[in-house]
Amino acid sequence: MLTKRIIPCLDIKNGRTVKGVNFVNLRDAGDPVELAKQYARLGADELVFLDISATLEGRKTMHDMVLKVAEQVNIPFTVGGGISSIKDVDDLLHCGADKVSINSSAIKRPELINELADKFGSQCVVVAIDAKQIDNEWMVHLAGGTIPTKHYLFDWAKEVESRGAGEILFTSMNNDGTKSGFANEALAKLAETVNIPIIASGGAGTIQHFIDTFKIGKADAALAASVFHFGEIDIIDLKKELKKQHIEIRL
Amino acid sequence: MKTVIINYGAGNIKSIQFAFKRLGVDAQLSKDPEAIEAADKVIFPGVGEASSAMHMLKQSGLDRLIPKLTQPVLGICLGMQLMCNHSDEGQTNGLGIFDVEVKRFSKAVKVPQMGWNTIHNLKSNLFHNINDAEFMYLVHSYYAEICQETIATSHYESEYSTALKSDNFYGVQFHPEKSSLAGERLLKNFLNL
Repeated sequence: MLTKRIIPCLDIKNGRTVKGVNFVNLRDAGDPVELAKQYARLGADELVFLDISATLEGRKTMHDMVLKVAEQVNIPFTVGGGISSIKDVDDLLHCGADKVSINSSAIKRPELINELADKFGSQCVVVAIDAKQIDNEWMVHLAGGTIPTKHYLFDWAKEVESRGAGEILFTSMNNDGTKSGFANEALAKLAETVNIPIIASGGAGTIQHFIDTFKIGKADAALAASVFHFGEIDIIDLKKELKKQHIEIRL
Repeated sequence: MKTVIINYGAGNIKSIQFAFKRLGVDAQLSKDPEAIEAADKVIFPGVGEASSAMHMLKQSGLDRLIPKLTQPVLGICLGMQLMCNHSDEGQTNGLGIFDVEVKRFSKAVKVPQMGWNTIHNLKSNLFHNINDAEFMYLVHSYYAEICQETIATSHYESEYSTALKSDNFYGVQFHPEKSSLAGERLLKNFLNL
C-alpha cells in the first residue's frame, strides 16, 4: 500500500535553516545538510527546502546546498523559493533536486507549469499554494500571505492540475504558525477537487493534528517545520501513533 | 569493476551517481557506446516523458545498443518502462526487452502515484536480504502489467510489476537511489550480480 508521507520543511536563508512563525520572527535551527541527514535517519519520508533568501548571493548558496544534500541524503527532496524559469529548474534538477516547487511565478505566468511539466515531467513539478480564508472564501495569496490575488483556491488548484502540476503543497495562512491543526475542511475539499497528491501544510502542533489531516483532511502527505526542528514531535513516535490509528505509514 | 550510468538526457542521473558514491563506487556518466559496452554494470535511468526519452535514445543510436548488451543492466523508473514493448505515454514503442505493455493508472486513484509503497513476491537475487513488504520510493503515472518477467509486485489500483527481469536485464519502477537503506541494499545487490 502507498503510505502517507511525513515531510519536514526546512526554510533556508543564505545557506542556513530558519523557520518562520507566521513567516516573521525567524529563528535559526541549524545546518541544512546535517539536519537533512538526521531527518532521513529518523524516518522522514521526504524533505522540502524552501529558499527565502532575498539576494542573488543567497540564492547561489542554494545550489551548493542542493548538491550537498543530494550527495549525502538517501530520500527524495523538493526545492522551492524564487524559481521562475525553465533554467532555474534545470539548474536545481542538475544539482540533484528531485522536485521543484513553484508558487508566485505560477500565479504571474501560469504557462510556466505547462512548460515545466512538458520539459521535465509532471512528477517533479509541485505547485505551492498559500491561501487565506476571508469571509468564507479561500483566496490565494503571495509573499507569505501578505499579497492577495484574484484566484480562488479551488479554481486555482484545478487549473494547476490541468496545466500539469504533479502535486499541490497547500499552506493555509490562517493556520500557519498557530500550532492549532491543519485546515482540514479546505484540504478535504481540495482532495475532492483534484486528482493529484496534496501535501497539507500550516498548523501542525500535536500528533493528533497529523492524524486528523490524514483522516479528515484526506491529505496524502503532511508538512511541518518547527515541531520537528525543535524536537516537539519525534517523527518515529508520530509514525508509530499514526500506524496505531490504522494510517498507512512507512516504519 | 566499471559501472556506467547511461547519460542520454533524461532525468536526474546525479542522484544515482551520488547513491553509488555513498556505496563507495565511482559510477561514470556516459553516452559513448564503447564505454557502455565495456562496462561491467550498466544503469539505464530515466525521468520524464516516454516518447521524448525514446526519441533521445534513437538520436544517439542507444535504442539499438542497449538490447544487445550482455552484462547486467538495471533500468530505473522510466528506464524500466522504456525496456518494455510499448508505452501508452506518447504511444511509443519501447526497446522490447520485457514482453509487457506500459499502461496509465486510471482516475480511480491519484495520478501520479507519489511516495513509498511496499514490494512483494520478490523473485531475484536483486532482492537479496530485502524483505517482502519492504518500502521503496516511487513516482509514476504509468505502470507495467504483471507478466512472466515480473520479479516483484506493488499494489496501486491493482497489482503491477514493480520489478522485471529478462536474462541480464533488470528493471525497477521504484527509485533505489531515493529509497533509503533498502534502496542502497538493492543497488549493492545489483553490483554483486
